[in-house]
Amino acid sequence: MKKQAKKHTNDVILESATSFITFIIFLFAVYLFFAGHYTPGGGFIGGLVTASALVLILLAYDIKTLRRILPFDYKWITALGMLIAVLTASGALLFNVPFFTHAHDYFNLPLFGKTSLHTAMLFDLGVYLVVVGVTMTIIQTIGESD
Amino acid sequence: MSVMHGAILLPILISLFIPLLAKRLPNIHTGWFVLVVPVLLVSYFSRFLPGTMSGENFTARMPWIPSLGIDFVTYLDGLGLLFALLITGIGSLVVLYSIFYLDAKKESLGTFYVYLLMFMTAMLGVVLSDNMIVLYLFWELTSISSFLLIAYWYERERSRYGAQKSMLITVLGGLAMLGGIAILSTLSGSLSIRETYASLESIQGEPFFTIALVLFLLAAFTKSAQFPFHIWLPDAMEAPTPVSAYLHSATMVKAGLYLVARFSPIFADESLWFYLVSSVGIFTLFWGSLNAVKQHDLKGILAYSTISQLGLIMSLLGLGAAALHVDALDDGLYTIATVAAIFHLINHATFKGSLFMMAGIVDHETGTRDIRKLGGLAQLMPISMSIAMIGTLSMAGIPPFNGFLSKEMFLTGVLEVSGSDLFHLPSYGWIIPVLAVVGSIFTFVYSILIVRRTFFGKRQDDKLPKTPHEAPIGMLIPPLVLVSLVVIIGLFPNLLSDTLIRPAVEAVLPQVLDAGGKIDVHISMWHGFNTELFLTLVIISAGVILYKTLPRWQSLYNRMPRAVSLNHQYDALLRRGEQTSTRIHDTVMTGYMRSYLVYIFGFIVILILTALYGLDAFRFAVDPISSIHAYEIILTLVLISSALSITFARSRLTSIILLGVTGYTVALFFVLFRAPDLALTQLVIETVSVALFLLVFYRLPEISRKEERIPFKLGNALISALVGLTVTLVALASLSQRSFSSIAKYYIDNVADLAAGGNMVNVILVDFRGFDTLFEIAVLALAGIGIYTMIKFRRTGGMDK
Repeated sequence: MKKQAKKHTNDVILESATSFITFIIFLFAVYLFFAGHYTPGGGFIGGLVTASALVLILLAYDIKTLRRILPFDYKWITALGMLIAVLTASGALLFNVPFFTHAHDYFNLPLFGKTSLHTAMLFDLGVYLVVVGVTMTIIQTIGESD
Repeated sequence: MSVMHGAILLPILISLFIPLLAKRLPNIHTGWFVLVVPVLLVSYFSRFLPGTMSGENFTARMPWIPSLGIDFVTYLDGLGLLFALLITGIGSLVVLYSIFYLDAKKESLGTFYVYLLMFMTAMLGVVLSDNMIVLYLFWELTSISSFLLIAYWYERERSRYGAQKSMLITVLGGLAMLGGIAILSTLSGSLSIRETYASLESIQGEPFFTIALVLFLLAAFTKSAQFPFHIWLPDAMEAPTPVSAYLHSATMVKAGLYLVARFSPIFADESLWFYLVSSVGIFTLFWGSLNAVKQHDLKGILAYSTISQLGLIMSLLGLGAAALHVDALDDGLYTIATVAAIFHLINHATFKGSLFMMAGIVDHETGTRDIRKLGGLAQLMPISMSIAMIGTLSMAGIPPFNGFLSKEMFLTGVLEVSGSDLFHLPSYGWIIPVLAVVGSIFTFVYSILIVRRTFFGKRQDDKLPKTPHEAPIGMLIPPLVLVSLVVIIGLFPNLLSDTLIRPAVEAVLPQVLDAGGKIDVHISMWHGFNTELFLTLVIISAGVILYKTLPRWQSLYNRMPRAVSLNHQYDALLRRGEQTSTRIHDTVMTGYMRSYLVYIFGFIVILILTALYGLDAFRFAVDPISSIHAYEIILTLVLISSALSITFARSRLTSIILLGVTGYTVALFFVLFRAPDLALTQLVIETVSVALFLLVFYRLPEISRKEERIPFKLGNALISALVGLTVTLVALASLSQRSFSSIAKYYIDNVADLAAGGNMVNVILVDFRGFDTLFEIAVLALAGIGIYTMIKFRRTGGMDK
């Protein structure tokens, strides 16, 4: 096939748009992740939005570029997410309460002021990482297979 | 958690460190570290002796799953203590023996001792648990550790075969027991053995009670290698000899006997129990000893001998159940069978343990266990010869060894019960003593065979792989300890009668105690000239004659057609099972996605439509439906037309785009119905998955990327129409009828108070139903890894390109 020739298509508009839109999407994902407890969002959506930002890079450039920008092994990210989720859930056992009991409290943090900190967020971080990890693992493996 | 729990779990906890020790200290035989464990435990358990002698029992409770009534409750009474001492005592000797048997340089000791310690915990757990589920757990753990130990030399084909056989048969029994436990606990409402016994009167008449009885017996018979399940034990002899001595003669195979003894109080009132236990036991005694004579392998003889001896104890436990059916008669007469069972159980552990160790010594020093190659070893291995002599004489029931005493008592028990008119036995009761005597005669024959063929006769050094010499002292000590026990118990049997036997018998026959009876154990060598003595003389003389004429009739064994042998049947069953499942697998699993989808959707349709029909759920109310707006109608039309056009799309790209359209339309529905979380998720998912689809299709082989018209298939069209219909029906039905009130209200009320959250959807995801999410991300992670492995490690060649 004419694979080699196709590699360098001149998608200037897409490429330059991607280079800054990606950051906006990524910031939005972070916002969604933190806002999840009170307004629409959460780890699952945040993870998906992050993954879509990465997919955008993938479409505009190619897998090698994505590799260079974010040199992660996404399998490890999946595993890390699972680990965080399981540890958060089982952390409750240390305090002699049933598995998965969440705890929360309000703290006065510098810059943020009165903030609610919730162990559910840690669990959500696990979900976030798993979603990003799995999506990217799948896309990368399929994309790379030749 | 108590000290007793610690004692049970100690071996398996120690086993965690064994691989480390084996690796870090390769110069010291790992067995020396392991030896500490059973020695410590034996001293710990012997402290309970005075307590159980005075009829006390010791319990401790550790909550495990209280909501299901499953607690790790230990219960130590006379019976449990007897077994615990056997497990730890023989365990100490076996570990000592194994230090000299297994070469530290050649064998992977770490794994061996890990399995052995795992077994020790499992076996202690079996005999000291009061909760039936915990008992079951440990029971299966003994099967698993036995499997691992038999397959210890896994590079040998016979080892793997034997391991698989034992696993299949004993786990089958274990599962039967699980069924029995389920029935019994449903009937009595408790998982505790003692509580079940306490509520016995209310459950005895139930029809399912008998089924539970049979299921429990199935477990006991498979584990204790009773006919026709005995076939796994001879093949289990592929294990290293210390394992055979420990698991397959002294302890694990006695777990079945333990089960029968432990559940005797519950089941023994049923006459079926008496019939099954005693007849299976007595036939196994006969069959095992008959087959032992034809073996050529020393361990093979011992394996069949073990089967036969287990049958003897089993039959005694069955005959002992007769004690419960007699009120007016002298209880002492009937309890003798149970006393003999417990007594012989101890004796068998001593003499058979020593014989197995002797067989191991012979194997170790000469390189073979085939009695056709052995002979004349008496001058070279005098100590081993003495061990073998005492062990076999005791097994054959010759005075003054302990085997004689229990064999006498066995004959008494058999004669008493078969002579009584219990259960209308007289009509065919004569079979029991006849089988007992014939079995004993053959026992005598193979006992002589072991000693004569190994240690006497002509030396055949040229046939031996090694030059024989006496074993190192460390290997001789454990069997010497056992044979000295054989002699001591033989001479002073009453050392045991109050310390171990009576408390154990009391645990088996609590009904006798409850009825105000007393169990008196007195064992004596001389009973005067009675039928038992006469029978012993018959056994000895017939045995001698049969042994002398052995060459003439041994060929009779070859006359038995192979096709009817149980081993042949087992192999055929296994082979046929594999063939059938291969055939089914090959027809069903075609490797085409489309056929799997047909199965999946076909079953969904059948199951749901049947359920809807069966529950009479075809009633649809229209009143809860809110008014329909123009937007919704438009969106629905878009949705339907895009879904329909997918089926007519000729190019893949078109179908991907159309699929995207349906997804985005659904997302718009979520927006309309004010579900921002869902809408957001749906939008992003749709985007990512369209990208994924494009990626996948781009990678597909060129040939199938061609645009082609998929031929119309009536079956597929029918299934897809039915799936649509089913989903619609379910949606309508779930809207129209509610069997229970929605949980939504609870979430709305508690989202702020309990979870301190504002977004209910997310709080449900991470908090209220966090467990679901945890498993969902686990599935997601697995799917990701699955796709990764499938693509990265697929076989090149063949299918692709």
